[in-house]
Amino acid sequence: MSGHSSMRTPLARVRNLGSSHTGTSDFWRQRLTAVAMTLLIVPVLVVILMLIGRNHAGAAQILGSIPIAIILLLFIIASTWHMKIGMQIIIEDYVHNEKAKLACVMANNFFCVAVAMASIYAILKLSSGV
Amino acid sequence: MVEFALPKNSKISGGKTWPKPAGATETREFRVYRWNPDDGKNPSVDTYYVDTHDCGPMVLDGLIWIKNHVDPTLTFRRSCREGVCGSCAMNIDGQNTLACTKSMHDVGAGGAVKVNPLPHQPVVKDLVPDLTNFYAQYASIEPWLKTTTPTPQKEWRQSHEDREKLDGLYECILCACCSTSCPSYWWNSERFLGPAALLQATRWVTDSRDEATGERLDNLEDPFRLYRCHTIMNCAKACPKGLNPSEAIAELKFKMVERQI
Repeated sequence: MSGHSSMRTPLARVRNLGSSHTGTSDFWRQRLTAVAMTLLIVPVLVVILMLIGRNHAGAAQILGSIPIAIILLLFIIASTWHMKIGMQIIIEDYVHNEKAKLACVMANNFFCVAVAMASIYAILKLSSGV
Repeated sequence: MVEFALPKNSKISGGKTWPKPAGATETREFRVYRWNPDDGKNPSVDTYYVDTHDCGPMVLDGLIWIKNHVDPTLTFRRSCREGVCGSCAMNIDGQNTLACTKSMHDVGAGGAVKVNPLPHQPVVKDLVPDLTNFYAQYASIEPWLKTTTPTPQKEWRQSHEDREKLDGLYECILCACCSTSCPSYWWNSERFLGPAALLQATRWVTDSRDEATGERLDNLEDPFRLYRCHTIMNCAKACPKGLNPSEAIAELKFKMVERQI
């Protein structure tokens, strides 16, 4: 309840900087990626079970299959996107210091993109048999 | 703001136990939050004993009995005493509800009736919360019919089907039980409009006579104003009128997606 001592009217404080006209895209994408992950989770688990106990050459052979590589790539994209949106919502819920919030949101973006890129690179590398 | 502990000046300490009423054959224990802005002390919880043969069955009846017979300084809001005005909203036995429609037999399993002000709002005195921000949020959704078409000679017409769409929305009495039960509202009450204001926003967005639907949605489309709702559903559980603000907010989100895709 900061700002209660302010001389601004309560309505001015509520209206503040106005509506940002955003949020719907993230809301929709969070559901889109959730449905995508629900569809992909079984094939992904099957691939993981196939990979257990294999050496590098065995893994490269399995990931050399185009459908398997694409399933894994789709799962990585859906899950890291979902992770990014979900973590941003948690940051917005709990971090109220504007500077700390900006830093957290930025770090979250960097982290999710880095995880996605590292995973995609690994899958492509194994998939191409290198 | 998220706070892991109460601020120092909000920590509850001590409290007075008032004597049992003389000659009462059956009493009920009430533990009531007390805070006086004038004495500089921290809040406390006072214990009272209500003569249940001398007062009505509701929690509000008990509080009025205390005020009349034991402690006239006990402060709370009340008016209609029949669940219409929304004045006596408070936290009874951990649940936000109206003291006038909550029977004291239904709370505390025969033990003490615990009464606190609505959570996470500044307290004016005892059980009276400061709802200035809550009312300003209601004002911000502009809860009146907005039209551009010249006003008709008689009235704005509405089909029976369209009128039925307002059922479950118009009945809200703005008691604030829902908004003050919502964790998202606790953490972001300055920016999240909260279930009550959003239920009312849905009421006007749904009204077939209103010509400002798009502007209303524009005004709500914001990560904080609307999308802080994470469908926790405390609002629906708390609502003493049996409404479901969570469902109304879902309707708003659906309309947001509908106009984009």
